[in-house]
Amino acid sequence: MELNQKTIHEINDLLKKKEVTVTEVTQSVINRIDGVEGSTDAYLRLQSEEALNLARIVDEKLKARKKISPLEGIPYGLKDNLCTQGILTTCASKMLYNFNPPYNAHVYNLLIEEGGILLGKTNMDEFAMGSSTENSAYKVTKNPWDLNKVPGGSSGGSAVAVASDTAFFTLGSDTGGSIRQPASFCGVVGMKPTYGLVSRYGLVAFASSLDQIGPFTKDVEDCALVLNAIVGHDEKDSTSLNIEKKDYTKNLKQGVKGLKIGVAQAFFGEGLQPEVRKSLEDAIAVYKAMGAEIVDVSFQYLDYALSAYYLISSAEASSNLARYDGIRYGFRAEEYDGLVDLYRKTRSQGFGEEVKRRIMLGTHALSSGYYDAYYKKAMQVRTLIKDDFDQVFKGCDVLLTPTSPTTAFGIGEKTNNPLEMYLTDIYTVPVNIAGIPGISIPCGLDQVGMPIGMQLLGPVLSEKTILKAAWAFENETNYKNLKAPLGREV
Amino acid sequence: MEYEIVIGMEIHVELGTQTKIFCACPTEFGAEENTHTCPVCLGMPGVLPVLNEKVVEYATRTGLALNCEIAHYSKMDRKNYFYPDLPKAYQTSQFDLPICTGGVVEIDVDGVTKEIGITRIHIEEDAGKLLHESSEGTLVDVNRCGVPLVEIVTEPDMRSAEEAKIFAEKVRNILEYTGVSDCKMQEGSMRFDVNLSMREKGSLVLGTRTEMKNLNSFRALVRAVHYESKRQILELKKGHRIIQETRKWDDTKGTSSALRSKEEAHDYRYFPEPDLVPIIIEEDYIAKIKANLPELPEAKKRRYIKEYKLPEYDAGVLTATGILATFFEDAVAVYNEPKQISNWLMVEIPPLLKEKELAMENISITPVQLVELLKLVKNNTISGTSGKEVLKVMFDTGKNPGDIVKEQGLAQMSDTVELEAIIEKIVAANPKSVEDIGSGSDKAYGFLTGQVMKATKGQANPQVANEIIRAVVAKHLG
Repeated sequence: MELNQKTIHEINDLLKKKEVTVTEVTQSVINRIDGVEGSTDAYLRLQSEEALNLARIVDEKLKARKKISPLEGIPYGLKDNLCTQGILTTCASKMLYNFNPPYNAHVYNLLIEEGGILLGKTNMDEFAMGSSTENSAYKVTKNPWDLNKVPGGSSGGSAVAVASDTAFFTLGSDTGGSIRQPASFCGVVGMKPTYGLVSRYGLVAFASSLDQIGPFTKDVEDCALVLNAIVGHDEKDSTSLNIEKKDYTKNLKQGVKGLKIGVAQAFFGEGLQPEVRKSLEDAIAVYKAMGAEIVDVSFQYLDYALSAYYLISSAEASSNLARYDGIRYGFRAEEYDGLVDLYRKTRSQGFGEEVKRRIMLGTHALSSGYYDAYYKKAMQVRTLIKDDFDQVFKGCDVLLTPTSPTTAFGIGEKTNNPLEMYLTDIYTVPVNIAGIPGISIPCGLDQVGMPIGMQLLGPVLSEKTILKAAWAFENETNYKNLKAPLGREV
Repeated sequence: MEYEIVIGMEIHVELGTQTKIFCACPTEFGAEENTHTCPVCLGMPGVLPVLNEKVVEYATRTGLALNCEIAHYSKMDRKNYFYPDLPKAYQTSQFDLPICTGGVVEIDVDGVTKEIGITRIHIEEDAGKLLHESSEGTLVDVNRCGVPLVEIVTEPDMRSAEEAKIFAEKVRNILEYTGVSDCKMQEGSMRFDVNLSMREKGSLVLGTRTEMKNLNSFRALVRAVHYESKRQILELKKGHRIIQETRKWDDTKGTSSALRSKEEAHDYRYFPEPDLVPIIIEEDYIAKIKANLPELPEAKKRRYIKEYKLPEYDAGVLTATGILATFFEDAVAVYNEPKQISNWLMVEIPPLLKEKELAMENISITPVQLVELLKLVKNNTISGTSGKEVLKVMFDTGKNPGDIVKEQGLAQMSDTVELEAIIEKIVAANPKSVEDIGSGSDKAYGFLTGQVMKATKGQANPQVANEIIRAVVAKHLG
């Protein structure tokens, strides 16, 4: 097994034993990038030289001491909507084609402190709007399990980098499923923490009340390690929770005996691919066999979640993206006649179709005369869905659902049908609406060999319970060892 | 038909916090363009606001000073519109749940007390400034972006330009007292919008109103109200309907013009600011601020009348600004002659300030220095006339009055022996005057006094000199 195929905790063990150097680890990932990046297009920007230089520095530091923190010397990638000082941050949009932020995202600063090694910025749907990473203004990222299929989105590049072993972990952002759905499509672990657990400072906003940063990793233990590094109060983010830090690796391997796992019919509705249903049924059996208690739970308002989500997220986006006006930074149309024309041309040319669609939708939803019917009603639905989850979690510790109704679809298959595209998020959006945590882990392959993901959800701040349930399943089954066939045929 | 003016106002006041509302940039006025900026107030991608606690405190103080209810739960909202002076393309403000509601301000109109209702006060951020005069086209100065504001909205309770002016002055006075703002009109710290409509006198129905934006002085406020009320009456007399619109006042031309009609009004698409948490204010927080509220002008005025036995007029003038009142109180504290202090503060000091184009807050003398001067006048060391001269020198040099009196030899001659000798000489040299007095003309006394003052370079105490002159003349006549 090549070094780049290993997990964070495996590399950490090897570094502790001084069996490998950070430089060797980094070089191994870079070799892999050289080998497969041309097929996958996971990264928008690479900085291999800088990564190797940093690796050598970390090696020097490690020579002198015994202690090594879990992410020290670990190469990783960041979604391109996380601000990195000195490195372009484009959100995969023409609008920010030249934007070089004079500040770092809070999570990036934390990873710098941890001694992580940034490899590059990963591709995404423009401004995180999309479910397939086809909305990038720069490139289409391919699913390493089948290069003709999408990796999911919007954090598709981050999912693919981990799935194809071109990073040990990556960070993405999840507004309606943008971490969990691509994790599911690419057969990796992806987690969206509780809203407010990870600082959003320096995450270019899509929908502020829903956005949350989270990790992609190769296994659940790695997920806990990355969470340990990025969770924490940040006074620069008013919505950041001020709570005591936890060690997410503690009690991770405790097992699920007596754990109440809820299953709700609402997550097994129309449009669910038969193999996905079958995999979930198998998972339920696995949990039962491990001593978990399976309970039926029900929702009242879940049917309205998707509509509410697209209204709220688009409304917030219409306001958040209004600052891209060509005045101060980023793209400006070349020819214009006066201020209004400057705005119009800059925004018409700078934004892609999907972004414009959402800005229009959100602007309409907030307009005088429509506000009550759309935005206000959506916010009321939001409260009802929160209440729904509160009720459900009175009856169970975690909820088990499919992550997405289907496995990865073909590139270009849904680009002309936005509504069908939106439906791939039907099981992930309620989680953002409620602000609760959720993880997607692999739980099988469909008939054509594409990964299936299952989602474990819990009440606010129940990350440890979710991780425990996910770890138990992962280690009881063999899905985590299934690897994308990419590169094997070479 | 007799018309009545109905006026409501919106007053924007910049709060005097050290830093901006959502970032740590300084709020100081007059800095070089775009030097008081950071990624947050520049609205760069991915940055987040953090509400300045002082802004909540100052807004609460403002609300309490204007007798408002303070909301235990309020929130910030986004007001969306595109303009280059607004980097985020939305102004973070408060929409449906402002921090203060339902206040009242009492004003004095021709000796009658009138109540002006305060509908609400909300917190918001100021926008930047566009500089149109540049050869490079229009430039943006972002320094003012994020300077905290309160917007005070009144009920349509004012009925004349005079009432609007008295109200605005009163609010400025109160806010200045409360210490929430310097209220410097010339720096734009206080700006008025006027909502004005006309109706038949006695009618209870409100007419269609227009809104006039950004009146930056009391004078502009009065002129704009006069102009707009006349314009509306003229329209109504022609049988036209008033169009609901926003109008822009041109202070140089003294006219207003339509900016946009109701139909063209912006749809601001307000919605709750998701990047900020609600503002929760506990009762004891309010109580604490209330307890620390300074004495407000009305109460102070009443106290001056009672405690210092000052005429109502004096008390009114002295309490008109917090700075003047503080100066007065500091002086009275070391010298218990309130009326003398009041006279000098009201009569002698304003012309000197005006001459030097100084505001009271920049006055170059201290209350203790003024008191020292007044004592010299009171105990006849110097005459009142000399006192005024000394005050002028104090303004120019900042020197102590005692030193000035010594340096310039201004001390009055109250020494009767020395004066008698001088007067003896003068009377002897002016036998004609003595003769005139002898034949019943008192005018000559004035002449003699003048001669004495001339001879003593004004240092003779006039009263003492007068008595001696009379005695000496009597001696000569007798």
